[in-house]
Amino acid sequence: MTSASKVYTDAKGALDGLLFDGMTIMSGGFGLCGIPENLIAAVRDAGTKDLTVISNNAGVDGFGLGMLLNTRQIKKMISSYVGENKEFERQYLAGELELEFNPQGTLAERIRAGGAGIPGFYTATGYGTLVAEGKETKDFNGKNYVLETGLVADLSIIKAWKGDARGNLIFRKTARNFNPMMATAGKICVAEVEEIVPVGALDPDHIHTPGIYVDRIVQGTFEKRIEQRTIRQTEGV
Amino acid sequence: MPWTRDQLAERAAKELQDGYYVNLGIGIPTLVANHIPAGMTVTLQSENGMLGMGPFPTEAEIDADLINAGKQTITELDETAYFSSSDSFAMIRGGHIDLTILGAMEVAQNGDIANWMIPGKLVKGMGGAMDLVAGVKRVVVVMEHANKHGESKVLKACTLPLTGTQVVNLIISTLGVFEVKPDGSGLILKELAPDVTLDDVARLTDADYEVGL
Repeated sequence: MTSASKVYTDAKGALDGLLFDGMTIMSGGFGLCGIPENLIAAVRDAGTKDLTVISNNAGVDGFGLGMLLNTRQIKKMISSYVGENKEFERQYLAGELELEFNPQGTLAERIRAGGAGIPGFYTATGYGTLVAEGKETKDFNGKNYVLETGLVADLSIIKAWKGDARGNLIFRKTARNFNPMMATAGKICVAEVEEIVPVGALDPDHIHTPGIYVDRIVQGTFEKRIEQRTIRQTEGV
Repeated sequence: MPWTRDQLAERAAKELQDGYYVNLGIGIPTLVANHIPAGMTVTLQSENGMLGMGPFPTEAEIDADLINAGKQTITELDETAYFSSSDSFAMIRGGHIDLTILGAMEVAQNGDIANWMIPGKLVKGMGGAMDLVAGVKRVVVVMEHANKHGESKVLKACTLPLTGTQVVNLIISTLGVFEVKPDGSGLILKELAPDVTLDDVARLTDADYEVGL
């Protein structure tokens, strides 16, 4: 490995020196689609505790971020929807887990803003609801908006399809979701990819996340579990 | 007979127009996709980052990287575009989506909607619902008119935590169709489901409404 290379050989090594108790981690994915499976497992194995995790969902029981819930490594979640996870619901209702619900678009924009150096922005989303309680509101042209703050994290762990040694990334289909914004909003970003390709193999016009945002990259193996396997009953319907 | 789930979806599909970009919520709204009139171009947006959603896949077409907002496997079309969650909600928040059809636990006569949380009971989260009701040009709700105890879900004021205030334009309930007056002063009953009477509606509706059939 040269000093310019960002490539690590395994997920454990890719997180070496980055984890500490009480830290904030952003974790990419929507449901189980596009989640950094290998890095989540490595955080579990490292046993890092009292985590605040920013992720749209919390995985399912025993997979994705559900793994870190089972091991009680998560103190607080910042999410938009956790309906698929019984252990999450149990811990929350028992008062064992802190939870901050954000509307999905507000969560995405808070992360985008955080990564772009924007400390706050106004959105109409959530005005007049629990989400707006305690927040500044403002009237723009007769419509009410809520002040939301940018989000940053100690570490972001994300998943892409292909990447190169300089950290340039390409995502695939709906596995992109929160990953590109999270790449920008972690003090350190570690990306896991299905394939590390030679520098120059990715078309520069097709790169979704430029390598400046990615500090470390590792090739993983993926289970890609499917939450709702839904198929057409008959052809043509 | 009150409308069934599929009949609600069929009625909701009448709100579609040629050229519309539409976001369908989870549950009954998803069924609206089965009732898009032949020859009409309607582009479905999925808030997890997809425009131009195709039908469910065959077993051979299943792709773990391709799901809709309900986490169901889905397919792409020739016209499909993928994008990030922040781009997706820029479309929604920025008023680029013409219509959203959503489910609701409660709606109120001023257009308030509650569909994300029952305090102390069920914790799921709002997902993209708050962004959709705040940003989409037209918000249509499909819902059960009353619960199994006969208690109205179409109310003077919502009792559950809100998803948005004064955002609903049209309510398609199991008993009929109600327009929300733009000034938020009440509802107008525009249609009745087959064999549903005005007395049925009166008995099962808490909200103030005018009859404008």
